Amino acid sequence: MAVSETRHGRLWTWLDQRIGLADLEKLARKKQVPVHRHGLWYYFGGMTLFLFVVQVATGILLLLYYRPSAEEAYESIQFLMAEVEFGWLIRSIHAWSANLMILALFVHLFSALLLKAYRPPREVTWLSGMALLGVALAFGFTGYLLPWNELAYFATKVGTEITGAVPLVGRFLLRLLRGGDEVTGATLTRFYGIHVAVLPALVTLALGLHLYLVQKHGMSVPPGVEREGAPRFTPFVPNFLLRDVVGWLSAVAILAALAAFLPAELGKKADPFAPAPVGIKPEWYFMFMFQTLKYLPSHILGIEGEIVGVVGFGLGGVFLLLIPFLDRRAARGQPSPLFTWIGIALIVYVLVLTYLGYTASPTK
Amino acid sequence: MDQTLEGHTTRRGFVNWMLGTSAGAFLLSVLYPVGRYLVPPKVGESTAAAVTLAIKPDDVKPNSGQVFKFGSRPGILIRTPTGELRAFSAVCTHLNCTVQYRPDLSHIWCACHNGHFDLNGQNIVGPPPRPLDGFVVNTRGNQIVVSKSA
Repeated sequence: MAVSETRHGRLWTWLDQRIGLADLEKLARKKQVPVHRHGLWYYFGGMTLFLFVVQVATGILLLLYYRPSAEEAYESIQFLMAEVEFGWLIRSIHAWSANLMILALFVHLFSALLLKAYRPPREVTWLSGMALLGVALAFGFTGYLLPWNELAYFATKVGTEITGAVPLVGRFLLRLLRGGDEVTGATLTRFYGIHVAVLPALVTLALGLHLYLVQKHGMSVPPGVEREGAPRFTPFVPNFLLRDVVGWLSAVAILAALAAFLPAELGKKADPFAPAPVGIKPEWYFMFMFQTLKYLPSHILGIEGEIVGVVGFGLGGVFLLLIPFLDRRAARGQPSPLFTWIGIALIVYVLVLTYLGYTASPTK
Repeated sequence: MDQTLEGHTTRRGFVNWMLGTSAGAFLLSVLYPVGRYLVPPKVGESTAAAVTLAIKPDDVKPNSGQVFKFGSRPGILIRTPTGELRAFSAVCTHLNCTVQYRPDLSHIWCACHNGHFDLNGQNIVGPPPRPLDGFVVNTRGNQIVVSKSA
């Protein structure tokens, strides 16, 4: 006691006796990060988390002005962008940070995939990460509709109609999601509730589990590095954390620049009785799926093309989810080039289709 | 602890069974109303079998089209290059987007996934799996009346 008192002062000691600060300090000092040539990829999980914190903070600020109804949503954001001081900044940072967060999440996911970080005993870490991916995409999809503009309206119409293509329960799910048969103000209210209450609750659970497991198992060392012998380690506090902070501060600078030079647009108010606008597109991270649906013919082997597409993406998602249990060679610590190539093929597919989505003429 | 003792239910077994079923019944009584609450109530489908449009016949030039409100869903009124008025549901049969008339192609087109329909509403190119539903167009003097085909 006397030792810690001289080291940290009386307030620290008072708190330690009541909430156990020394245990936390021990935990922080215990955490080590391996150092090797693939170390760069360790930063993307923390980067995703940081951008998520930015989302929570800016999201709470947006709540103070946003009105979740078909009559008022668009107008409330117009007011926010034009009248409220720095309203444009808060909304633009929320929009850009969302995009960068998904980007960081994808980099984190694919680096974990290629470096085989899902090997035992980290299967549940992988599963909780996939749950977080699902939640993040749901955040993006529901948040996109909230401004109630033309692009968002039709993107939501298409996106929710796709759930209607799910065999057996599709129609039920579609009505549940839309709050009715069509995309209306009821859908907006529902998406709002999901965006600001349901998904944050789910994130808290999945993120809590994910972070706990990362602490429990420590950072995964890639099998290639492992085979060369045990790597060197560096303390998480302060060495790695300070490098993390450099990344986070850079992200803040990038966010500020993007928000200032490319502020979030609002577009035209949604009109359910206007034709879908030319060049309608979803958020970029759904683009590869959107573009795939464009290329599928109306019928494949007698089944409607969209059903083939939806079931295909569903199976792809399940495959990705189950990779820790399918990659038996990596689990035994042997090289598994097949799964490396599957990972690379996935990345190439997503990149090519996304590229085509932005370059192929929308009217041909 | 054994559930039965010489064929008799033990006191502990009975209490556990009561607790288990009560907990189950309690969960059901919570989950059922919540589940029903989440399913939106059925709103009566718009029964309008015919609508009189706010558009005058002369407003629709040959080789053009306009979207109108048919009950709660959009319809599209087109005048073919030969001068004939036709109307279809404007809801694309692929993924529900609202279609539009493309004068440069002289047919109906969906911007969402590049679906094409001819002047009879038939799906000709792209992902749409079925033709557009057709409506009947009647011109009464200076009014256009669109009705569901019988």
